[in-house]
Amino acid sequence: MTEKSNRRKFLKQVGTLAGVSLVPMSLVEIVWGKESSEKFTFAYISDSHLTQIKGTQFTTNFDDGLKRAVTEVNFMSPKPDFVVYGGDLAQLGKREEIDHGLEVMSGLRGVDVKWVIGEHDYYLDLGDYWQQKVSKLNYSFDHKGVHFVVLCSILTYDEWMDKWPSAEVRMGQMARLDNPQGSPFMVKDPQIEWLKKDLEKIDNSTPVVVLSHSPLYKIFKPWNFWTEDAEKVQAELQRFDKVTVLHGHVHQLLYNQIGNISFYAMMSTAWPWPYPTTYTQQQSAVPKLTVPMNRADPFAARDGTGWGFIDLDSGRANHHYGLWENPSRAVVFKGSQPEDSQFQDPAKQIPPQKHY
Amino acid sequence: MWKKYYRSATLTVFASVFIAAPPVFADEFTDADLKKWQAEFQSVVAEGEKLFHSHLGSNAVGCDQCHPNGSDTHPETYPKFQKQLSKVATLRDMINWCIENPAEGEPLALDDPKMIAIEAYLTWERRGEKLDPGKH
Ligand code: HEC
Ligand SMILES: [Fe+2]
Ligand SMILES: [Fe+2]
Repeated sequence: MTEKSNRRKFLKQVGTLAGVSLVPMSLVEIVWGKESSEKFTFAYISDSHLTQIKGTQFTTNFDDGLKRAVTEVNFMSPKPDFVVYGGDLAQLGKREEIDHGLEVMSGLRGVDVKWVIGEHDYYLDLGDYWQQKVSKLNYSFDHKGVHFVVLCSILTYDEWMDKWPSAEVRMGQMARLDNPQGSPFMVKDPQIEWLKKDLEKIDNSTPVVVLSHSPLYKIFKPWNFWTEDAEKVQAELQRFDKVTVLHGHVHQLLYNQIGNISFYAMMSTAWPWPYPTTYTQQQSAVPKLTVPMNRADPFAARDGTGWGFIDLDSGRANHHYGLWENPSRAVVFKGSQPEDSQFQDPAKQIPPQKHY
Repeated sequence: MWKKYYRSATLTVFASVFIAAPPVFADEFTDADLKKWQAEFQSVVAEGEKLFHSHLGSNAVGCDQCHPNGSDTHPETYPKFQKQLSKVATLRDMINWCIENPAEGEPLALDDPKMIAIEAYLTWERRGEKLDPGKH
């Protein structure tokens, strides 16, 4: 199917369908417990990796992904209360890339953006330009009865930060996913202290949503699908009845449940990543719960990319993944964990979901 | 009688050749040889790894961005039918396809040393996987 006809089909769907599960866009709809909050929605976009080639020239493929997401958010009805950006707006943390990203994102009409920083935005100038132009690195806010916390989860060991001859080299090293010279992501103690303080005033029954770039659990260290001090962060979240972590970085459909915490990955608008299980030289811990997205087709540039869609029913997450070039998927909270509404039963799974 | 004569003649001829020529046989090699050949191979793998993590096309995109550790390239399944190419394709066809499309570059000659290096890297990262030609 061509890009054009797909787009037309999409716009038609948006125009004619009220059923949210059919709308292929990243819309997060929250329906908390009756007494605690009102129903609302937010959208999110992540991992656009806008890449400067030179001057004002940027990699078209990745520009196209973000532009498409922005266009689709503008068509959302009802309008989302805000948009979350999940990090990795830039590829090599350059001012030109961040500026370009802000310009494309400014196409969003009449919605606030809540920004999460990714490693590709951070490791050139350690978040300097980001903080000047885009957002604070960690902060919290309350929205209609839900407490949101944004973390900067892509910090790392000081020794690693200091071992490179230049900022550009450091950025390049961190930008390589399969880098044997890499270093694991961390939230680090000062920020965990901040988190502890921030949560002090929050009641156990208040739904908490944490927004981070890296998954706040451990999947595969060699690719940094990993947060080194994840357990410490999880410990701070343990006393709450309902906790949801939304993260970027992994560029794939992924969900998990650890104790009281539900985890959902956001899709990338730029490119999909293979599941770590497909790299057969090393062990990984991809959650068994996740029914994988369809294997991507290299002949369709937008395949395997997109954005997500969540509604939180009584404080639990139902996540609708809007997958370009694929039917959308809904992962809903059932009993004690997220489950795919259609494919969780192994007998219902389809051949493209087998990755090897 | 005749048989006996024949055998001793053969033995004589064989023995004289063996004594006259140095003991070189095409199929004999030493541990040192094995080491050297492995090192030659590994140097091509290393070259392939470098290429795979560089920008082979015009748009500042590297192969590793979508295939960390060469994953999702499935060298053990080639040759196989690629419906979009409408033919049974080789790994090298697909390497070129990705150079031309996601990386927006010029295809390599199929026997280009760079092509061979990339192939060596991808197969090395997939070592131990059973051959499964044709598998999609
Ligand atoms: C923007 C993402 C992207 C980039 C960049 C990219 N590829 Fe791919 N490539 C894919 C996808 C997606 C597939 C399909 C994988 C599958 O079938 O599971 C693929 C398939 C392949 C295959 C065939 C795999 C199979 O299972 O049949 C090879 C070989 C390959 N790529 C090599 C390369 C090389 C070499 C480069 C660098 C020039 C590269 N790719 C860059 C996305 C990419
Ligand atoms: Fe990313
Ligand atoms: Fe990232």
